[in-house]
Amino acid sequence: MTKLKAAGALIAGKTNCDEFAMGSSTEHSAYGRTLHPLDKTRVPGGSSGGSAALVAAGVVPAALGSETGGSVRQPASFCGIVGIKPTYARVSRYGLVAFGSSLDQIGVFGRSVHDAGRVLSAISGRDPKDATCEDRDPLRLPTVPESLQGFVIGVPREYFPADLDPGVRRACDRVIKILRELGAVVREVSLPHTASAVPCYYVIAPAEASSNLARYDGVRYGPRLDGGGGEADVRALYRATRGAGFGAEVRRRILVGTYVLSAGYYDAYYRKAQQVRALLAQDFRNVFDRGVDLLFTPTTPTPAFKAGEKLGDPVQMYLSDVFVCTANLTGLPAMSLPIGRVKGLPVGGQLIGRAFLEDEMLEAAYALERAVPSVEEV
Amino acid sequence: MTAPAGGGWETVIGLETHVQLRTASKMFCGCSTAFGAPPNTNVCPVCLGLPGALPAPNERALKLAVRTALALGCTVHPRSVFARKNYFYPDLPKGYQITQYEQPLATDGKLSYLSPDRGVATATIVRLHVEEDAGKSLHDRFPRATAVDLNRAGVPLIEIVTGADFRSPAEARWYLQTLKQVLEYSGVSDCDMEKGSLRVDANVSIRRAGESALGTKAEVKNINSFTYVEKALAAERDRQIAALEAGGTIAQQTMLYDAKENTVRPQRAKEESHDYRYFPEPDLPPLVLPPEWVPEQQAQLPELPATKRERFVAQYALSVQDAAVLTASRGVAEYYEGVVHAGAEPKPAANWVMGEVLADANDHQEQLRVPPGTLAQLIALVQGGTLSHQAAKRVFAELAVRGGGEPRTVAEALGVIQVGDTNVIGQWVDDVLQAHPAEVTRYKSGETKLMAFFVGQVMKASKGKADPKLAPRLLEERLRA
Repeated sequence: MTKLKAAGALIAGKTNCDEFAMGSSTEHSAYGRTLHPLDKTRVPGGSSGGSAALVAAGVVPAALGSETGGSVRQPASFCGIVGIKPTYARVSRYGLVAFGSSLDQIGVFGRSVHDAGRVLSAISGRDPKDATCEDRDPLRLPTVPESLQGFVIGVPREYFPADLDPGVRRACDRVIKILRELGAVVREVSLPHTASAVPCYYVIAPAEASSNLARYDGVRYGPRLDGGGGEADVRALYRATRGAGFGAEVRRRILVGTYVLSAGYYDAYYRKAQQVRALLAQDFRNVFDRGVDLLFTPTTPTPAFKAGEKLGDPVQMYLSDVFVCTANLTGLPAMSLPIGRVKGLPVGGQLIGRAFLEDEMLEAAYALERAVPSVEEV
Repeated sequence: MTAPAGGGWETVIGLETHVQLRTASKMFCGCSTAFGAPPNTNVCPVCLGLPGALPAPNERALKLAVRTALALGCTVHPRSVFARKNYFYPDLPKGYQITQYEQPLATDGKLSYLSPDRGVATATIVRLHVEEDAGKSLHDRFPRATAVDLNRAGVPLIEIVTGADFRSPAEARWYLQTLKQVLEYSGVSDCDMEKGSLRVDANVSIRRAGESALGTKAEVKNINSFTYVEKALAAERDRQIAALEAGGTIAQQTMLYDAKENTVRPQRAKEESHDYRYFPEPDLPPLVLPPEWVPEQQAQLPELPATKRERFVAQYALSVQDAAVLTASRGVAEYYEGVVHAGAEPKPAANWVMGEVLADANDHQEQLRVPPGTLAQLIALVQGGTLSHQAAKRVFAELAVRGGGEPRTVAEALGVIQVGDTNVIGQWVDDVLQAHPAEVTRYKSGETKLMAFFVGQVMKASKGKADPKLAPRLLEERLRA
């Protein structure tokens, strides 16, 4: 915020999101759910759904969101706008309420690549208050390219499963055709550990969250419920305060996270998940090492779903993050941009780049933004 | 107090010592570490655990930790990892403590100390890691409520863990004393147990003498003062022996020491058996030491107490005991060498430092009030016969009050310069003999032990100024006549 204000930005306000950024639909908010700006019966995506909806509705030109597992790109895709998650450590996390500290990164929404890119450029760069933040100069925006001559774009087959929504598939196929027309080499590649990404994410993110959210214990923050044990029973106080204060989804993740870090389960879950995380990173390295500059995938398996549709089944909700959570687990920069409409609903395409090479990713995005008829049906 | 465990039992003790590093600011934020500030004034978003705040490591603390590891002969790992230790407690604002777990800063050190039972013994240092302190819960400040002071939250600590190396409570205390010396010498901590800058927890078990397997251990906490280390461990040892001899078993549990009652009691079950759910701290990258840190900190290490003690024995022909007293603190050792370098003979210098100097320091907040060069001059006056030892003590006391000065001038002002003139002393002798005719008669009839009486009288008459070697000689001459 300090950097944005210094760059001359006006702060319009705060936006709705899932409680502690946990959710994929902005339905888990104490303030109520956020509506999809094009179809009130649908969700805008989440967790940063409020920001996405406002930008899509034209209320603000750009907005910030927080990304732990796609919480900017997924709502950007649902709402038909641009959403960028920079490389981990590109933007300081100081001031961001932590969810999964090794995954969290501030992301940016904009109605155009340029709007989102400008905001990202303003907030990026070193910060001595965040020991994990890279000691790097702020991102410099590229110029809009004439063509994508010289770009090698990889299309990972694991991101195009048989049950992919047919409209999403048509939109992606059209982008691939346009990429070739723009002079890029498009090559099918493989990221073999992709199927393990969601389970891996739903071990690591809740584990870190269970620790990050421990401070909300009623001793220092918010309402305190003494649990009937009086002042003498601090455990009853914790139980009562935390039981009442956290919503159901947050409680679920705290419990999962506590479980996977427990003695006797740590090796089977948390350590295993860290190993899987390393394998996922290796998948991407292998592809980039073979000359691929960027990857292109759908951002989400379907367009925006109906409100309430997935509330009863958390696993279905989690699976809507399947294409986005790998970039958080590997720390790579990724963005979603609108690539067409299916029955009036926006579809998003995702670009994933090499670490700290956001400029290459934005260059391709500029070119696609000009060439893809993003508000037309496919 | 150091009685061996009775009935063929052997005591086995390992120690975990928490040491506050001597830094101006906290481990992960810029707050002051000053002791005694009003509650909750040395705090900021980071050490209060406010949402969105992040830790930034204190470079000075890390360097002091490296220095300590080197002083203890540890292997310093070029890469170590911070971890979160998760538990709920009101004085732990984040709900976790940042520490190191699977990959500590240093491992495999050792520290030699003098065991009262076994002579020179070696304690193994299993690991040394960096962490932050928790706040302080005050249970007795307000009725029916616990108050929390977070001034201490985030203060930099190192934890030094030994193997199960000690065979008696006394050995544990001697190790601690030695550790404290090394830490003070190295300048890494002020080691003030009363201010909490050195805290110790102990693992205690017993086994039949000759057995190699370890017995079930209990942890003893709440040992708040050096005086209590040995007592607390002895209390726990005695409890375990009594339990086993009564046919019972030892539970693996945490015992709290009560200094008032000199007993140990089990910590309430509610307070313990945490599953700390350690995992790597995602807010901090792995600690990769810049390669120059190790040589740089090695160069900062002074001559350590054991080496200095041995050198004093060899160089100044002192006894091991005297050398141990003189090297117990770095300040005293350097003072002693200052006296010697200013020209004093090593042995009398040692006696003066161990006697008058330490006694005076003891009464005056460990200040060494007489400059070493001044003490060397004073010693020279005694050696040269200008001052008696008694007179020199008076001069020393005066110099101490003044914080220095010219010893001869002070001695003159006090009128205690020794008189060596036989005519003057002869006059005092004559006066004494004249005043005590009865004693003279008894002496002459064989009661020679009265010589001491006469000498005393002469010294009294001279107000201590008569040369104590000349006075008896003149007395004998006169009495023989």
